[in-house]
Amino acid sequence: MSIQTQAVPERTVLEVQDLAKTFHVASGASGTRELKALDGINLSVKRGETLGLVGESGCGKSTLARTLMMLEQPDGGTVRFDGQDPFALRGKSLRDWRRRVQMVFQDPFASLNARMTAGQIITEPFATHKDLYPTKAARKQRLNELLELVGLRVTDADKSPQEFSGGQRQRIGIARALALGPDLIILDEPVSALDLSVQAQVLNLLNDLQQQLGVSYIFISHDLSVVRHVTDRVAVMYLGRIIETGTTQQVFDSPLHPYTASLMSASPKLDPALRPAKRIVLQGELPSPLDPPSGCRFRTRCWKAEPICSVERPQSRVREADGKISLGMPAMGVSEEQQIAECHFPVESAAEAGLAVSA
Amino acid sequence: MMTEMLDPVAKEQAMDEAVLQVQGLDVDIRTPKGTVRVVSSVGFSARRGKTLALLGESGCGKSMTAKAIAGLLDPVASVAGGKAYLDAQDLFSMNGKRRRAVAGEGLGIVFQDALAALNPVYTIGTQLGEAFRIHRGASRKQAKAEAIELMRRVGIPEPETRVNSYPHQFSGGMRQRILIAMAVALSPKLLIADEPTTALDVTVQAQIMQLLRKLRSEEQMAVVLITHDLAVVAEEADDVCVMYAGNVVEQGSVQRVFAQPTHPYTKGLLSSVPTDAHRGQGLTSIPGSPPELSKIPAGCVYQDRCPLAAAICREQRPELHETGPGQRSACHFSQQVAEMKPIDDSATGEDAH
Repeated sequence: MSIQTQAVPERTVLEVQDLAKTFHVASGASGTRELKALDGINLSVKRGETLGLVGESGCGKSTLARTLMMLEQPDGGTVRFDGQDPFALRGKSLRDWRRRVQMVFQDPFASLNARMTAGQIITEPFATHKDLYPTKAARKQRLNELLELVGLRVTDADKSPQEFSGGQRQRIGIARALALGPDLIILDEPVSALDLSVQAQVLNLLNDLQQQLGVSYIFISHDLSVVRHVTDRVAVMYLGRIIETGTTQQVFDSPLHPYTASLMSASPKLDPALRPAKRIVLQGELPSPLDPPSGCRFRTRCWKAEPICSVERPQSRVREADGKISLGMPAMGVSEEQQIAECHFPVESAAEAGLAVSA
Repeated sequence: MMTEMLDPVAKEQAMDEAVLQVQGLDVDIRTPKGTVRVVSSVGFSARRGKTLALLGESGCGKSMTAKAIAGLLDPVASVAGGKAYLDAQDLFSMNGKRRRAVAGEGLGIVFQDALAALNPVYTIGTQLGEAFRIHRGASRKQAKAEAIELMRRVGIPEPETRVNSYPHQFSGGMRQRILIAMAVALSPKLLIADEPTTALDVTVQAQIMQLLRKLRSEEQMAVVLITHDLAVVAEEADDVCVMYAGNVVEQGSVQRVFAQPTHPYTKGLLSSVPTDAHRGQGLTSIPGSPPELSKIPAGCVYQDRCPLAAAICREQRPELHETGPGQRSACHFSQQVAEMKPIDDSATGEDAH
C-alpha cells in the first residue's frame, strides 16, 4: 500500500473540513449533556493512497468513519467527495454515491450473516443497485470475479460463513466491500481480530487490491506497527480532534505532538535496536469526552504542559522543509506532504522523545 | 520426561530457581464428537523473578495450559496427564482443600477481560479483601485496610474513597490494575497473566506492563505471561515457550529464540510482523491457518503449513531436542531452519485453503 505504481494523477477523493458531530447524552435529572465526538476534523484522502487513522478507544475514530459512510449526520463542517457534498444528495444520485464508499468491519465473526452463503453476502449489494449487474448471469460472473480477486475459490460461494476461518471470512467482507467498485474503502481495524500469521495474508491482499484497482483506503487501527507498514499518511486523533498529520515516515520517525511521541514510544518493539532509550509512559487515561480539558485537550497527560496549555487552545504548527517548526495556517490549501500538529510546545526532534531513529 | 532432556547444568539451575515446573501436561476436552486433546505433553519451568512467555495464536492451548495449572478448567475439560509442581508440590495430586490452601496463596492469575473477571454486585474493597478474609483470617476492617493498601500499590488514585466503588465505575485500565492487585494480594510465588493488556490501548498497555515489572521485582515472583504479541514477548519476557496446536514447538531464552529460531513456525511468526525492514514490500505470511484440534495430523503438528515438510514429518512427530544453549525445538529439520536466511523466499506463503 505504500508503493504507488499507478500513474493516476494525484487527485483528492475525499476532503473533510471542520467536521463536527455532537451527541446528546442523558445525564440524570439535569437533562442532557453534550458529547463532542468530532470537534473540527480536517483531512483529505487522495486517489490510491492509504490514510491511517490512529488513536485510543473513545477518541472518535469510529464516529468519524460512520460519518464518512453517511451513517451519522454531522452538525457542522463539510465533506466533499470528488467535490460533491454527499449529504446534499437525494434519491438516485445518493444511491450512486453510496457505491463509491464502502466499509470493511473489524470482526469477521460478527459482521457476516450466518444464515446467508458467502455468495449471497457478496452479491447482496446488487439487490439495491439493480442497474449495475441486471442479469443473473452478469451477477454470477461478477461474483466469481470478486471471489478470485480476494483469493477464494469459486466453489466457496455456496458455503456459509461458519465454514471459513477468520482470515477467509475477512476476505468475504473485503469482496463484499469491493462488489460495487468503490473509490474509497474504510477499513475499521480489519486485521485486529486475526492471528498474526493470517493477518499478514490479509494485509498483503489489501495491498495487492489497491495496486490493481487504485482504490483509496482509510485504515483505522490501534496497531502502530501495522499502520506503519501499510499507510502513506497518518492522522492521529485525540478526543475528537486530529492533533497531528503527516506522511507516515514523518509522524513515526519524528513526531511533533507529545501525544504522538508517547504513542510511538509506548508501542512494544520487536527489534531491540528500535526501543526508546527512555520510554515515555503517559499517566492516566483518556479524559471523558463529556468533560474535555480546557485549552489543549492533551495537557492533563502531557509531560510538556505549561500554564498556557490550560488557557489557550493550541494553533497548528507546521514543520518546514528545513526542519524548523512554525505557526501554520491550517484552513485552506495546506500541502499534503506537510507535517502539522496542534501543540504549544511541539517535540523538536526524535531524540527529545527518546525515540530510536531507524535506518 | 522434561527434566531428563535438560543437560545436567541446566537441570541444576532449574531446580534452584524454578517456582513452577510443568511436565508432560495433557488436557482433554470432552465434546459431543469425542474427546479432543487440546494440550499435549507440554513442559516448561518458570523461574523466580523472571518472566516466561507462552506465545501462540488463538486456539494453540496457551490459555488452557494456564487454566489447568491454576485449577480453573471448565467442567468439560480435564487434566489427562502430567505434573505441575509449585515449589516442589504437585498441584494435580493433592485434594481440593489442600490445593486451595497451597495455590490460593502461592499462585495469582490475571485475566484478559477484567470486567468479566470481577463480580459486578460487590464493591472493589470486598473483592480485594476476600483473599485476606479467607487465607489470613482478617476481620472486615483489616481486610478493607489491606484492600486500600493494595490499591495504592497498583496506582489507583484516591483508594480510600474508591474502595467502595463497584467494578463498572472504573475504566478499563483501572479494572486491570484491580485484577492485578487481587492476584498479588497474598504475595504469590507465581503470577499467571493471561493476555493482560490485549483489550487495552497502547498507552495504558505500557502502564500495565510497567506495573507488572515493578511488582515482579518487588516480590521476586515468577511470571507466566500468556500472549500472542511477539513485540510484548521481546520486551517483557526472559524465556519463551512457542505453542502450536496444543504442543510446544520451541522453547528457550527470548534472546536466543528470537535471534535464531530453530522451528519453522517461530521463524514464520517472526517474519510476519510488519517492521521497518520490509516496509513497502509484501509481508512474509504463513500459508493456511492452524489445524482444528480435532483433526491434528499424525506426525508433526505443523506439517500442513511448513515449507520444509517431508515424508518423515507425516509419519513421526518430532520430539523437542536441544538446538542451542537452553534452546529446544520440535522439528526434524531444526538444523536447516537455523541456517536459513532471516527472510527466506521459500517461506513466502501463498494463501491456501
